[in-house]
Amino acid sequence: MFDLSILFASVLNGITTGAVYALIALGLTLIYGVLHIINFAHGASLMVALYGVYFLKEQLGIDPYLALPIMVPAMFALGYALQRGVINRASHGKDENILLVTLGLSIILENLALLFFKSDTRNIETAYTLTTISIGPAMIALPKLVSFVGALVVSAVLLAVMRYTDLGRAIRAVAKEKHGARLMGIDVDHVYAMCFGIGLACLGAAACFLLPAYYVNPLVGSGFVLVAFTIVVLGGMGSFVGALVGGLLIGVVESIGGLYLGESLGQVGIFAIFIAVLLLRPQGLFGARA
Amino acid sequence: MKDLRAIAVFVLLVGSIPFVTDSGVVLNFVMMALYACLLAQAWNVLGGFGGQFSFGHALFFGTGAYVQVMAQVHAGWNPWLTLVLAMGVSALVGLFVGTLSFRYGLKGSYFALVTLAFAEVFRIAALSVPFTGAGVGLMLPLRESVSNMQFASRAGYVWLILGLVTLALCVTAWLRHSRFGAYLQAVRDNEDAARAIGVNPFMVKLWATVLSGALMGAGGAFYVQVFQYIDPGLAFGPHTSVEALVGAIVGGMGTLWGPVVGALALHVLADVTRNLFGQLPGINMVVYGCVLVLIVMFLPRGVGGIGQSWFKRAKPSASNKQEDA
Repeated sequence: MFDLSILFASVLNGITTGAVYALIALGLTLIYGVLHIINFAHGASLMVALYGVYFLKEQLGIDPYLALPIMVPAMFALGYALQRGVINRASHGKDENILLVTLGLSIILENLALLFFKSDTRNIETAYTLTTISIGPAMIALPKLVSFVGALVVSAVLLAVMRYTDLGRAIRAVAKEKHGARLMGIDVDHVYAMCFGIGLACLGAAACFLLPAYYVNPLVGSGFVLVAFTIVVLGGMGSFVGALVGGLLIGVVESIGGLYLGESLGQVGIFAIFIAVLLLRPQGLFGARA
Repeated sequence: MKDLRAIAVFVLLVGSIPFVTDSGVVLNFVMMALYACLLAQAWNVLGGFGGQFSFGHALFFGTGAYVQVMAQVHAGWNPWLTLVLAMGVSALVGLFVGTLSFRYGLKGSYFALVTLAFAEVFRIAALSVPFTGAGVGLMLPLRESVSNMQFASRAGYVWLILGLVTLALCVTAWLRHSRFGAYLQAVRDNEDAARAIGVNPFMVKLWATVLSGALMGAGGAFYVQVFQYIDPGLAFGPHTSVEALVGAIVGGMGTLWGPVVGALALHVLADVTRNLFGQLPGINMVVYGCVLVLIVMFLPRGVGGIGQSWFKRAKPSASNKQEDA
């Protein structure tokens, strides 16, 4: 039956999930906007980050939210190293090669996880896992609310970095005109690697916010990867605002789709949007690209 | 024609293996290697010759597999007939996806993404509708006879898959020597230039997708005949897409024998790892992933590219040449 309070709860739930989606998509869109490559290993990297948070909690007893200062730099370092050591070296300056290498990386990461951690789904118990807060007629789990706020804060920090720092200026310069930027004394390879690092650092943060209300298994990333691509495509490749709006939008669509069509068919709504946007408006809602 | 003669020799050599040995292990290996060749060659038609990288070729594979089972189980068709049907329906799916993608000018990573998404949509759809058996999957009842395409010994399957591989090889040889193939390669190397000299890139890429889809669908149909079971994950999961793509890339894209060499090499490698590490989950895919990264890094023209630069006939794309050194 059509019930407004259920719908409200569903939208609220969608927005909180969407904020984390947006954070994941921000990393992806940053990498795309600057390097003009699609990072197929994004989902697998998120999975790695989730395992990182999981083991920090289980082995060392570090609370997921306190793991932020560990996970963000760790993922940044991983991203920087991957771009400098593997992706850049394998690309030979060709986009197709990057496509294939990131695909290869995602296959390796996912299956290594399968090898070491088996396909068990794991989650963590925290004191606040089951705490709920009521907003209007709806109840919402505290971790979801925290992840919503956290995702927005991280996104705001990222936007500020892009807009007001020298690094941000260098990144935007390289995105616009690589050769010109190099002539101005910008180390393009370094900027590329920084971008990749920041993109993965976003995943580190996302993993910390996600895990208290979610789970991890070796294939968890592939669920997110198409969602993140959809958001990036919907918002416009390389557009930060687009990724934020797109993330929230997709979160709501998924939540409402799940409410009316059931869990698995609700996902089809996302793919339908994805394919429709790719075909009808490939530049996305906020993209300027022709 | 030289290519046809080479194909004939290949068929005779491989086709005679069942006469030399009846060891199940050997025949099974030959069968699975040929099956991998078929997938790689199917991907090669679109990815290698057309330059359109599909990351979701399982879409066609799964379609072929499901049609093969459903037409037999639900409609009682003869499997030899359903094989043709499976290829036809997979080709139609190719027509559909190709029309949508190329009509709107998707290329490069966008095309890779959209194929991936389509495979995922099909997987979820197969999970959700009743006539595919949903998550439980579909079984092909065991009825052993040649007319039923279920053979008592592996030899029958070897000849069957050899026939399909031969078909794929002939298609590839045709692409190398026909006008259509030249158009396709022209579009791959420079779409604007090809358009300028009067090639219609849309139609050319579309037909390549249809051909590639039909061959991949045959692979799916064969899979079902051998293993007699299919479920949404097996049919549309990423594993098959990866296997097809890595086989073609390792061997050398856009060549006749590259995908054969690549698929064979990967298959040997997978067997070796299995002997070294046992049946660990995921180890095969780790190896595939590593091979993919290493090949792209060090041998962008594939293993076949080494041999090619030794002999004559460097491929027309001169830009690749220096990278081989």
